[in-house]
Amino acid sequence: MSALDTAPETMPPGPEIKPKLSRDDIIMRGGMVVIALYLVISLAFPLWAMLSKSFSTYKFNLSQYEFQVSDDAGVFDGTILTGTQLNDQTQAYGQSDLSASSDSRLGVTKFFPDFSFRSPVMYKIRNMVEGGRFLVGSTLHDTTDWTELDSNTFRRVQLRPVKSTGMENFVNYFSTPALFNSIKNSLVIALISTVITVSLAFWFAYALNRSCMRFKGAFRLIAMMPILVPSLLPGIALVYLFGNQGMLKELLFGASIYGPIGIVIGSVFFTFPHAFIIISTALAISDSRLYEAATSLRSTPWRTFWTVTIPGARYGLISAAFVVFNLVITDFGLPKVIGGQFNVLAVDIYKQVIGQQNFEMGAVVSVVLVVPAIFAFAIDRLVQSKQVAQLSARSVPYAPSPDPKTDRFFLIYSSLVALFIVGLLAVCQFAALVKFWPYDLSLSLNNYQFDKMDGGGWASYFNSIELGLLTAVIGTSVVFFGAYLVEKTNGFRTGRALFQMFAMLPMAIPGMVLGLAYIFFFNNPDNPLNFIYGTMAILVICTVTHFYTVSHLTAVTALKQMDREFESVSASLKQPTLKLFGRVTVPVCLPAILDISIYLFVNAMTTVSAVVFLYSPKTSLASIAVLNMDDAGDIAPAAAMGMMIFYTNALARIIHLIASKGILRKTQAWRTR
Amino acid sequence: MKHYDVGTSAVNQTNAPEKLYLSIENLWKAFGGFVALKEISLSINEGEFVCFLGPSGCGKTTLLRAIAGLDLQSQGVVKQAGNDISNLPPSERDFGIVFQSYALFPNLTIEKNIAFGLENAGRSKSEINARVVELLSLVGLPDQGKKYPAQLSGGQQQRIALARAIATNPGLLLLDEPLSALDAKVRVHLRHEIKELQRKLGVTTVMVTHDQEEALSMADRIVVMNHGVIEQVGVPTEIYRDPVNLFVADFIGETNQISTNVAAGGRLSIGERTFACREHDFADGNDVVAAIRPEDVIPHEAGYVSSDENLNCIDVLLHEMEFLGSFWRCRLQHALFGDAELFADFSINAVRRLDLGEGKDMVIELPADRLMAFERPGNAT
Ligand SMILES: Nc1ncnc2c1ncn2[C@@H]1O[C@H](COP(=O)(O)OP(=O)(O)OP(=O)(O)O)[C@@H](O)[C@H]1O
Ligand SMILES: [Mg+2]
Repeated sequence: MSALDTAPETMPPGPEIKPKLSRDDIIMRGGMVVIALYLVISLAFPLWAMLSKSFSTYKFNLSQYEFQVSDDAGVFDGTILTGTQLNDQTQAYGQSDLSASSDSRLGVTKFFPDFSFRSPVMYKIRNMVEGGRFLVGSTLHDTTDWTELDSNTFRRVQLRPVKSTGMENFVNYFSTPALFNSIKNSLVIALISTVITVSLAFWFAYALNRSCMRFKGAFRLIAMMPILVPSLLPGIALVYLFGNQGMLKELLFGASIYGPIGIVIGSVFFTFPHAFIIISTALAISDSRLYEAATSLRSTPWRTFWTVTIPGARYGLISAAFVVFNLVITDFGLPKVIGGQFNVLAVDIYKQVIGQQNFEMGAVVSVVLVVPAIFAFAIDRLVQSKQVAQLSARSVPYAPSPDPKTDRFFLIYSSLVALFIVGLLAVCQFAALVKFWPYDLSLSLNNYQFDKMDGGGWASYFNSIELGLLTAVIGTSVVFFGAYLVEKTNGFRTGRALFQMFAMLPMAIPGMVLGLAYIFFFNNPDNPLNFIYGTMAILVICTVTHFYTVSHLTAVTALKQMDREFESVSASLKQPTLKLFGRVTVPVCLPAILDISIYLFVNAMTTVSAVVFLYSPKTSLASIAVLNMDDAGDIAPAAAMGMMIFYTNALARIIHLIASKGILRKTQAWRTR
Repeated sequence: MKHYDVGTSAVNQTNAPEKLYLSIENLWKAFGGFVALKEISLSINEGEFVCFLGPSGCGKTTLLRAIAGLDLQSQGVVKQAGNDISNLPPSERDFGIVFQSYALFPNLTIEKNIAFGLENAGRSKSEINARVVELLSLVGLPDQGKKYPAQLSGGQQQRIALARAIATNPGLLLLDEPLSALDAKVRVHLRHEIKELQRKLGVTTVMVTHDQEEALSMADRIVVMNHGVIEQVGVPTEIYRDPVNLFVADFIGETNQISTNVAAGGRLSIGERTFACREHDFADGNDVVAAIRPEDVIPHEAGYVSSDENLNCIDVLLHEMEFLGSFWRCRLQHALFGDAELFADFSINAVRRLDLGEGKDMVIELPADRLMAFERPGNAT
């Protein structure tokens, strides 16, 4: 051995050591594959089905058929005519009659003006290409042999459309102003709502973080209220206030609440808490030393605001803007209730699918809607990753000092915002309790007799609670276990990266799109999972998937705070990883687990967009009932049901709070020194 | 290829029967394109306490984790007790481990933490309890069992982590910087305790540290690492007294370094003079670095004249003195060293006896067997 003996710099070529997998490794990888498979089935496949649907067109291809007609004696003279030639002669069908959807059928008797089903004339028909298709009654003919039919049977011949793949649906979409105008409408609404919400939420968060005004706790609570109701509820309140019989209708000076104005006001209401949380967090983490520096440099408050406050909160502001934009552009309930004739993308999907049964066009609108949603999502992710970096470098938190003038100003401002939020909810509650708005304002519980209305009655309310509980329990288990596996599995890099990607995807997919994609995927009779269509199971799966991303991120954040050597220690002690998971990981992460479950419960109670395509009469939901009762003109019961959702969620949150406090006190004595 | 055989080192090892326990053969580890460990070979005997010592990022932890199977090496063989364990998962190896963070389970009491590894192995409840009590008293915390980790001090937590790691009587104990999160006093105290415990249990132990004092005071053998290679392996005194290269000499203890070259007869020429030095294999005329530790410099009174030129005596000016408690750190100047100053540590006694003081002249002796020649860095041959 000598100092001159230096090792070579590069590894000699040769195979890398292949690790022998332990039982735990296999279990964990297996578990990850199972959950990944769940995401593939509940997300990737349906989206794929939807995408391919948007590129499928169905058309009757008349040139594929040949016909012969006999004389009255039943003798054929050998003249053969194609369907195209016949159509040219008779002008039986126009171009638009020939485009079809997958289930369309086309009769052929119109090609023969003299046709009578009692005549002795005989007909022959054949496909010109192998695999062509027409029906006689319900028998499919797909060969090129001639089929000879008497006129009575010929009546029952029906052509089947040919499927082709192409951009045609999109061309159609973009050449129909009634459709593509919605893009502009959606973007405009989303932009205006974003600007208003973010500005309001910023000053509200600023007041809570940077002033010494009173009642901060109450304001914080009020700011979170809109999360507890379906997005369409503010729409109902606005109808009561500014609708045709509204109390404050005059305030609009002749403008109608049904349309962009109503959508924007309602959107500000339901997106406010989301913007508020994000901006508040951003303001809370800013460094007080910057303010001290600014003060010592004799900077004016105005200058300090622009050079310190705004740059410090900029990631929060950008992130909030994209979240709000995304929420508004993908929202369906609110524009459905108060949009009037003003078309937006999310409602278009609904109209195409439910109103016109045009699934292909529904798919096209979905694809169009996914583009801005994914864009907003991607930018938000980018910004959030920057914010995390800023957070870890944080230092001294800012402590405001009292200033009577500004404090009073912020108190007034915050009270106005709070009044807006509480006011809309109060209107709903009041309207639900009066006999007949606005003519008979005496109180009654008539509007709670849901069983007398369309919409599913009280059963739908209990369905919602069932959905909420199932989603909370199943969703939390799946999400947390999945996050654990992806965080703590050794090696298996590609698998884990792929899983992370799948877990992020749901956030970028609007609910309407997800719901429609489920129709395409699960309602397909060839799908072995077809049986869950129309059951509670599909609602649970859809809801868990819809809200997967935020839950997953919460779980991952909690797991990242665990010592990463726990698994190593456990393995060295020859204990199964699942034992560690049950004894240590779950108890330590209990606060996060409870957060995930309440998040899932509340969202399951309020969601409309995804499930609106998937409920069956037996599984109608409270939020859907609000929509349907409103649609049927039973607005007061709709408001009543909406407020039932609110109280249920509020109660759930209180129980959650008490439960977490209790459980924490019991199981987490170790947190205190 | 170098193979460092710890057990057959030259220094006397009378008490431990030399039985090979852990051997690492030609081990490599690459993170993508970055090679963190290069051609590592090493043998460790049963019952030995070995320290991996090296600057931050040199690959100590990586090597430890490869031994544990927590991060598998890219190539190479690891054998424990005669079995090839190169590709086994941690759960199929035989070791206990203590991390820098201790990784105590925060929601379990101390007792439950220690008992964690004892469960599911066919032991009865009372057996487990007895073992936990035994371990608690072994690490000197007999009545802390009902507390939670957060209620203990850092040093106590460290001992609990140790107790948990040895609970199952593993054949190998791995410690990754177990003391670095503690303050200096506790650290020194725990050094002894860990060493005591290890001796009592006779468990083969590998400890990672970047603290040379820790390594020197605790280890039977030290493995000095740098940039993913092993620089030297040896008992602490050997590493300190006979470093194989400038890196080791500089990393462990302190060393004066003087650029020089080899003159006739293997002597080192500094300025116009040549000095006798320890034996080396450099050819005449090679560029080398002469190195001597500050405490190896011998002080003499001014005007001292040596009879033997091999005693390497130099007249110097004592430029500055700094009192460091048990000795004086002195900066010495001489034209031979140019602008650089030679550091020397003189005992309080010597300073008083020779009446040394700042600005005074004196004579120093650089003992030939303490003056070493090393290859110059960046001069690879
Ligand atoms: N997972 C990894 N991916 C890429 N590089 C890594 C990884 N782990 C370690 N390295 C690199 O390998 C080298 C050795 O790391 P290692 O943790 O073994 O150092 P160390 O000697 O333990 O240092 P310290 O004293 O700071 O703990 C470092 O340069 C480190 O950056
Ligand atoms: Mg390390």
